[in-house]
Amino acid sequence: MRIAVSRIKGFYGAHPLHLLALLGCFALAGYAALQTSADPQWPLMLVWFLAAVIGHDLVLFPIYALADRSLTTVLHAIRPTRRTAPLVPAVNYLRVPALAAGLLFLLFFPGIIEQGQDTYLAATGQTQQPYLARWLLITAALFAISAVAYAVRLGRERYRRAPTGSGPTPRPHRANHP
Amino acid sequence: MTTPTPPPDPRPKQHAGTQSRVGSTSTAEQSTKDSPAEPSYGFPRGLWRALERHRPPGLGRSRAWRSPLRGPWLTSVFGAVLLVSLPIVIITGLLSYIAYGPQFGQAIPADVGWLRLPGFDWPTGPSWLYRLNQGLHVGLGLVLIPVVLAKLWSVVPKLFAWPPARSIAQVIERLSLLLLVGGILFEIATGLLNTQYDYLFGFSFYTAHYYGGWIFLGAFVVHVAIKLPHMIRALRSRSLRTELRTARADTHPEPADSSDLVATDPAAATVSRRGALAMVGGGAALIAVLTAGQTLGGVTRYAALLLPRGRTPGDGPNGFPINRTATAAAIAPADTGPGWHLTLTGGPRPVLLDREALLAMPQHTAELPIACVEGWSTTQTWTGVRLADLASLAGVPTPGSTHVQSLEQAGAFGQATLQANQTLHPDALLALKVNGTDLSPDHGYPARIIVPALPGVHNTKWVRSLDFRRA
Repeated sequence: MRIAVSRIKGFYGAHPLHLLALLGCFALAGYAALQTSADPQWPLMLVWFLAAVIGHDLVLFPIYALADRSLTTVLHAIRPTRRTAPLVPAVNYLRVPALAAGLLFLLFFPGIIEQGQDTYLAATGQTQQPYLARWLLITAALFAISAVAYAVRLGRERYRRAPTGSGPTPRPHRANHP
Repeated sequence: MTTPTPPPDPRPKQHAGTQSRVGSTSTAEQSTKDSPAEPSYGFPRGLWRALERHRPPGLGRSRAWRSPLRGPWLTSVFGAVLLVSLPIVIITGLLSYIAYGPQFGQAIPADVGWLRLPGFDWPTGPSWLYRLNQGLHVGLGLVLIPVVLAKLWSVVPKLFAWPPARSIAQVIERLSLLLLVGGILFEIATGLLNTQYDYLFGFSFYTAHYYGGWIFLGAFVVHVAIKLPHMIRALRSRSLRTELRTARADTHPEPADSSDLVATDPAAATVSRRGALAMVGGGAALIAVLTAGQTLGGVTRYAALLLPRGRTPGDGPNGFPINRTATAAAIAPADTGPGWHLTLTGGPRPVLLDREALLAMPQHTAELPIACVEGWSTTQTWTGVRLADLASLAGVPTPGSTHVQSLEQAGAFGQATLQANQTLHPDALLALKVNGTDLSPDHGYPARIIVPALPGVHNTKWVRSLDFRRA
């Protein structure tokens, strides 16, 4: 028995239970997919499922990764001199509010861009008119809070260094990025 | 993409607490096979070797992956959070299907073959049961979105890893990840759109979300079974407490291992692991604050700024959220005027009651929540006639079920069947008033059903007839 298992392992690449579990998973998925064929809209469901498979890795991820790399590159490029690292790196004070605003848009975009107006009206008796303004205000508030936090942090850092010298001194070079 | 099982580890087994590096030691259990540096291949060996040699540009352990935070530990932290919380979302989702009453064919989709759930009479107590169930399902589902995204971010290099597989086992496992990732994102996307009444997808939400849920459930269980030992090992490799005390300047990459997650050429950290966890947790907290109000109600409702149910359609006794307007349901004022009457059937002969007659019957008042599948709920004080009294009047004092018909002709919820316990509960009402005044047209004037712990859409509005069916 042991020899048989190790032979299968050598051939297949994992324990036979691995194969059994995965076959069970595919059988269940296949059965569920087959059940949807009773619905005339099944091709649309399939298309949406396939879109979901690539939705993060090939769509969302490239967008936010590119945005983040642009941000770090720009912050690096606009330093007054190459040698000085900023007293407090600004990157996370931009990242956090941008990420939060982006997350809220991702979750609540139907209301923000007023999509599905008819079904919304039928279900609630209201329009989606307030959401864009609300999202913009929340975004503004997030950036404002972040700016205040950055100012406080910068002030504290300046104050901490003031007694030892005059004004901000270059920090030991720790990071390539701000 | 989530991590497939690494190849059968050619290196010394890493026992808890020891961090052995590639080729550093050799143990008896593996020394007889391959040399420590060479990964093992399944059948057909030649094919996998050839595949590995022919690496397309850009794939493999590319230097493009720069984040020093990616690694098995961070991935496992996100994984552990999802392992604990996703089962709650799954179970509440399945319970909601049962709450819709599959025994009457009114759960959607109706015919699910072998994916039928064990049937039982949905309880009527506590009255907030369905409210809790859907609040958890939708609320937790939304709150976990940042964690799911963080988990996907943490493993994205795996998608581009080279070779894509070294055995048949790895090929099959990678295919199952399409079901796992597709499943969770499909469920999130359809659920999100449904809570906001944006039927962009053009198919039945219920059908798609139910079967999509099963696909995800299977892939999730198998993924956990395969990955649990890896997760536990990775979680033990670093101390959470220490990480939470480590600042950005002292943040270094995890040691390189076989998982392909750790960057080969990492940039300096721009954020600590503590900071990254705080960002994800902060995102989840932000969503919680903006979501919880639609379920909790009261003053917290005002915090649900971006959700449909953060708003009320006005002030006054009828100023609470509506599920479907009278206009949308095509309820003509003439149908609900003085000519309206309720028909009770199932007894020896039909009984007709107009609104005057109903108001003349003993009135009962109950404070009950109405909770929708979309997660929102509102608690109001309802007054009307007990369904049990109407059943007695019809001549069927202990019905097996009650079929409720609305004046609404077109909608999917123009009718509903109630279980015996839902008909006979002392707080189960044909409500005529809410908060002391007549129901508004949008809330179901002249009469609506309100039953404890019943899914919102089954609390039929604009009721036309009740058919009490014998057990």
